[in-house]
Amino acid sequence: MSEMKKIKNLKEFSTSADRFEGANLLCPGCAHSIIVREVLNATNDDLVLSASTGCLEVCTAVYPYTSWDASWIHIGFENGSTAVAGAEAMYKALKTKGRLKQPDRNPKFVSFAGDGASYDIGFQWISGCMERGHNIMHVVLDNEVYANTGGQRSSSTPIGSSSTTAPAGRVSYGEKKNKKDMVAIMASHNIPYAAQVAPNKWKDMVKKIQHGFAVDGPVFINAVSPCTTEWKFDPKDTMHLTDLSTDSLVFPLYEIIDGHELNITYRPKDVVPVEEYLAAQGRFKHLFKDEYKYLIKEWQERVDAQWAHLNRREEARV
Amino acid sequence: MAFDKMELRDIEVWDGNFAAAQALRQCQIDVVAAYPITPSTPIVEGYAKFLADGYVEGEFVMVESEHAAMSGCIGAAAAGGRVATATSSQGFALMVETLYQASGMRLPIVLNVVNRALAAPLNVNGDHSDMYLGRDSGWIQLDAYCPQDAYDLNFIAFKVSEDHDVRLPCMVHQDGFMTSHTAQGVHTLADDVAYSFIGDFKPMNDMLDFEHPVTHGVQTEEDWHFEHKARQHNDLMTKVMPKIQAAFDEFEKLSGRKYNIVESYNMDDADVCVVCMGTSVETAREVAQEMREKGIKAGVVGLRVIRPFPFFEIAEALKGVKAVAALDRSSPNGAPGMLFNEIAGCLYNTQERALLSGYVYGLGGRDLTKAHLVSLYKELQANVDAGKVLTPLQQFIGVRGPKLAFL
Repeated sequence: MSEMKKIKNLKEFSTSADRFEGANLLCPGCAHSIIVREVLNATNDDLVLSASTGCLEVCTAVYPYTSWDASWIHIGFENGSTAVAGAEAMYKALKTKGRLKQPDRNPKFVSFAGDGASYDIGFQWISGCMERGHNIMHVVLDNEVYANTGGQRSSSTPIGSSSTTAPAGRVSYGEKKNKKDMVAIMASHNIPYAAQVAPNKWKDMVKKIQHGFAVDGPVFINAVSPCTTEWKFDPKDTMHLTDLSTDSLVFPLYEIIDGHELNITYRPKDVVPVEEYLAAQGRFKHLFKDEYKYLIKEWQERVDAQWAHLNRREEARV
Repeated sequence: MAFDKMELRDIEVWDGNFAAAQALRQCQIDVVAAYPITPSTPIVEGYAKFLADGYVEGEFVMVESEHAAMSGCIGAAAAGGRVATATSSQGFALMVETLYQASGMRLPIVLNVVNRALAAPLNVNGDHSDMYLGRDSGWIQLDAYCPQDAYDLNFIAFKVSEDHDVRLPCMVHQDGFMTSHTAQGVHTLADDVAYSFIGDFKPMNDMLDFEHPVTHGVQTEEDWHFEHKARQHNDLMTKVMPKIQAAFDEFEKLSGRKYNIVESYNMDDADVCVVCMGTSVETAREVAQEMREKGIKAGVVGLRVIRPFPFFEIAEALKGVKAVAALDRSSPNGAPGMLFNEIAGCLYNTQERALLSGYVYGLGGRDLTKAHLVSLYKELQANVDAGKVLTPLQQFIGVRGPKLAFL
């Protein structure tokens, strides 16, 4: 059995030993590092980690420095999932052959990647890993944009946002397509566990990560990661933005077990209007012009419909 | 051990693919991550069957693309164990990004490349386009001319690649169909003998050593990138050839089969010679022998090691030769062929510079016939007699339509 951390409160959480150093080059206010620490803090077991090319990778392993006190690999943009899958295959092979240096350990294999590296360029690799049943966890740091390269749209970029390749302008409100439902797609591989998490709800996060580590087989985690640079908000407001994302139900927190058993894991007491979530970010600023206000109404309707859909799935156990 | 050994006859009738698969079985690979593509598919199929029949132990991961195959191999190799795969052509092309990553991360991986043309137009037959595509990727490249070589060179590949002074991945090339699907007698090694030649895998910077966490695949910019690349090149230029030679020597003692970095045939007194790779070396040897009866002192130089390029060994092999033809089996697409260029470099600063001409042949599996080589040797002899190259520097052999010649 894997060893799980028992963490009672935030103070204990923030001072718990971690294997991801604060010394890194991520922007002040970046949610990536918070999410990574929450994931790593969910276990005391050994770790084999990967990062796909992106903010996390370029900010944590610039030679001759590393922010990682755990086995870590980066290959390319699209193949971080397959990197840990290969390492996991080697672990199984050496275990069978009795050649592990520390045979009593129970390592966890985790790949971190942005939404661009997951929803777009790495999609096939992740799908392959999920389909083949590797004992790995893929965590998407979902900031809904190619942040590392200056804010280009990805297939996770939401409708109406302004990005550098789908900018709002005199005749455009920016992104025309709504984001891909990656959690549903990954759950459709009938993997043992898929979930959406957010760093503000850290207990929910830790519980889900620990569930993911406990199951046998591939796990997909989508973590909302507000990006101070591209979402355009004050770095001190990261947690406020995360609160707005979960409490407006734009990022509902739920899990899907074995591809069909959907559980909503967080029901905000006071649901925040989507308008408040949009208004807090510069990338949606143009939506508040008169001609685009209908989009805010449509945003709310879409979020309501998505929430109703999740509730129906939960009730029907499908 | 939880797998069975296989009793082999001293000589088995194997094609190049099965010979390579048997070598992989005997090397006891820990992880094979692979994706099928013609004509290399039977290598991974063979390996899968060995696994299904209990003749190998380890993980066989059938991934969803060649890019993922090499990505999985990189992850597995960084984790610390013996890793191999196989591919061809388009699959090789899809892998190219990861080839550079594998070598830059100094991971010993053995890749069997069954050479095949590159589209468009789509073509499944053998030429060296994929081999040429990989030549700047930082891998060691060994070249087999026949199934026997494809078997033996796999052992050499693991031995050199996994050496802690080398730590570079290695390709074993064989010609699509001409070698991969042509059955010949292959002298075998007993399982124990073969395995003891390469020995147990010795991990280095392995991710599965949790007492010593390592960071693989870092970012370096203008401050360190050049030093990393220079060091890799330095090791390829200075460390690899001696290791290959030592492995060849040790292998000869074990098997009685002698391999050389450059394979010279009838070169001691040759006036004219061709330099080529793959199955063409064997065809050229036959023709060279026959040319002697016609009064032309013909020889053949085959490359056994393509990367690192045997610069001095080629110059040495070509000493005293008066006319040389470089045979390139890949479309140069707007330049002299790779072999032409490399050989020109070898010869340029030598005292008695041979006359050099280039030939492009065999694209998409087009045969190189003995008749082609006979007239080629005659052209070389005419060059010798005239004291200059009488033909254009680049000619195409065996292509239909008006004769193609350039430069």
